[in-house]
Amino acid sequence: MRPRNFFSPLTSHISHLNNMARKLLLEHINVPGIHTLEVYRQKGGYRAVEKALKTLTPEEVVEEVKKSGLRGRGGAGFPTGMKWSFLAKPEGVARYLVCNADESEPGTFKDRYLMTHIPHALIEGMIVSSFALGAHTSYIYVRGEMMPQIRILEKAIAEAKAAGFLGQNILGTGYNLELYVQPGGGAYICGEETALLESLEGKRGNPRIKPPFPAIAGLYGCPTVVNNVESIAAVVPIVNDGGDEYAKIGIGRSTGTKLISASGNLVKPGVYEIELGLPVEEFIYSDEYCGGIANGKKLKATVAGGSSVPILPANLTLKLANGEPRLMSYESLAEGGFATGTMLGSGGFIAFDEDQCIVRNTWNFSRFYHHESCGQCSPCREGTGWLEKILHRLEHGQGKMSDIDLLWDVQRKIEGNTICPLGDAASWPVASAIRHFRDEFEWHVKEPIKSQTSNYGIANYAVPIEKKEEIKQENL
Amino acid sequence: MLKVEEQQPVTFSSALVANFDEIVARYPKGKQKSALLPILHLVQAEFGWTSAAAMDKVAEYLHIEPIEVYEVASFYSMYFLQPKGKYVLEVCRTGPCCLVGAEKIMTHIENKLGVKEGEVTTDGLFSWRGVECLAACGFAPVLQIGPEYTFYENLTEQSVDKLIDDLKNNKI
Repeated sequence: MRPRNFFSPLTSHISHLNNMARKLLLEHINVPGIHTLEVYRQKGGYRAVEKALKTLTPEEVVEEVKKSGLRGRGGAGFPTGMKWSFLAKPEGVARYLVCNADESEPGTFKDRYLMTHIPHALIEGMIVSSFALGAHTSYIYVRGEMMPQIRILEKAIAEAKAAGFLGQNILGTGYNLELYVQPGGGAYICGEETALLESLEGKRGNPRIKPPFPAIAGLYGCPTVVNNVESIAAVVPIVNDGGDEYAKIGIGRSTGTKLISASGNLVKPGVYEIELGLPVEEFIYSDEYCGGIANGKKLKATVAGGSSVPILPANLTLKLANGEPRLMSYESLAEGGFATGTMLGSGGFIAFDEDQCIVRNTWNFSRFYHHESCGQCSPCREGTGWLEKILHRLEHGQGKMSDIDLLWDVQRKIEGNTICPLGDAASWPVASAIRHFRDEFEWHVKEPIKSQTSNYGIANYAVPIEKKEEIKQENL
Repeated sequence: MLKVEEQQPVTFSSALVANFDEIVARYPKGKQKSALLPILHLVQAEFGWTSAAAMDKVAEYLHIEPIEVYEVASFYSMYFLQPKGKYVLEVCRTGPCCLVGAEKIMTHIENKLGVKEGEVTTDGLFSWRGVECLAACGFAPVLQIGPEYTFYENLTEQSVDKLIDDLKNNKI
């Protein structure tokens, strides 16, 4: 028997306790045995199930979630309560809640972390959310590589069922719910909700054309809601404390707390729960969070919300174009549009130090999207291959100056021309890398030998925002 | 690539079929095809890879056409359509892992095992390959080994050496 060493001792130094900020999801993360039903209940677990099923109507639960302002934590940021209210409720037709635990966005590992350490937070959220939506069978679609987490969830479901929180006539309220874990087969595209539903039906993960949206015709053609792990777990504190209380946390339309997966060249990578609105600078440099850039190096760039969102140079990461501090919120990260901003996305925060090569990283990401394109739409199937090939030759000293504009041209022709957002996700990293780091791409062409053995560093990466417009004009 | 040349017929044990039955019961009547991905995982765990012969048997069990199984098995990255080593070291090769040395780890594994990506060592014990993001970027570099998909995190050349030696000597 091999050890299940996914609880790596080397990662135990990552402390998630921060007494300053409120924690809703990870409050009890360091409590020994919190993965068990017994300890989870001692810490107040399953109160939300009791409260919702015994004292609230499904509509009232939906109303609390609407009031909370909770926005989808998987990446799109669509208001969860509104998504729920779109669910069609035809008589005599089953409705489904499907949890999207296909966490595959490079830079994102918060769901894996939550499911590993506090599986009951997700199970409890699933019960309350299924009740709100009138679902009697729900599925948690977990990416297949997370077999250890699948076993953890199955064990937690068995515990919850034995305690009367799942199955027939839950807590004597007459509400019935069966909850199952479904493994994926290894495909990034299945994080797209309609591809996920195809996969759950035992097919290739090809995204469906929308409309109809899953709320009308989802799993097996029935009305279906698909929500991310973190969104569903957040329903628990919303029901416990009320939507208004939840909405008091955060800033503006970015309410509540958010799990941020921090990776790359940081002193303390790991999963952190932040109150939305935290300054990016504090998140990177404060000892409560990432503790600064590893090995005493300088920050060169960040990808703030998973590989699909635009990369930003250090100056625009820390400050808006007008010089004000940038905050960890949906609005502040997007401030300035794609010219000077990015997106919160899934909260996959990747930091690049001064020694990292932007061209190499962009090539790496493009290879990822080429590999993960389902092949259904030709702009994405062919275009991602072009991006990978052109970036490969630029990175390996065989590029031409015209390749940079060709890259821009190809990504423009993918973006917006595909059934699902994978095409956009493949385009944005390339576009933003050229927008902010064009000098570095040019250096790879001018110095084909030197660029093989040394790095461009962070010198001279002024932000030629105007160039974006020039390039656009040329290619239109 | 799907390997379809002459294959020995495959039989599923009654214990395995009982597991299939349990999975099929999770879905509404007539929607048994939903069990396809989980069943293919069980088949691969049992036989070490997903052969055409095994897929034909799965199709028969689920009352679907064999092509419906082939097209799924070839779409997803986790199903091995060729025999592999007993231990397949799958190293994450996506951006965040590469920022902290995943490429060096892959080169090291290639040298240590003496086989290229996808090949099998002569003793039949090991294969390795790069895979895309495994959602463990904060603990990078990482690798996983099926069929339990145990994760090994914060890899160094030394920890990889030890892992390979331990697997060789049946210490894990």
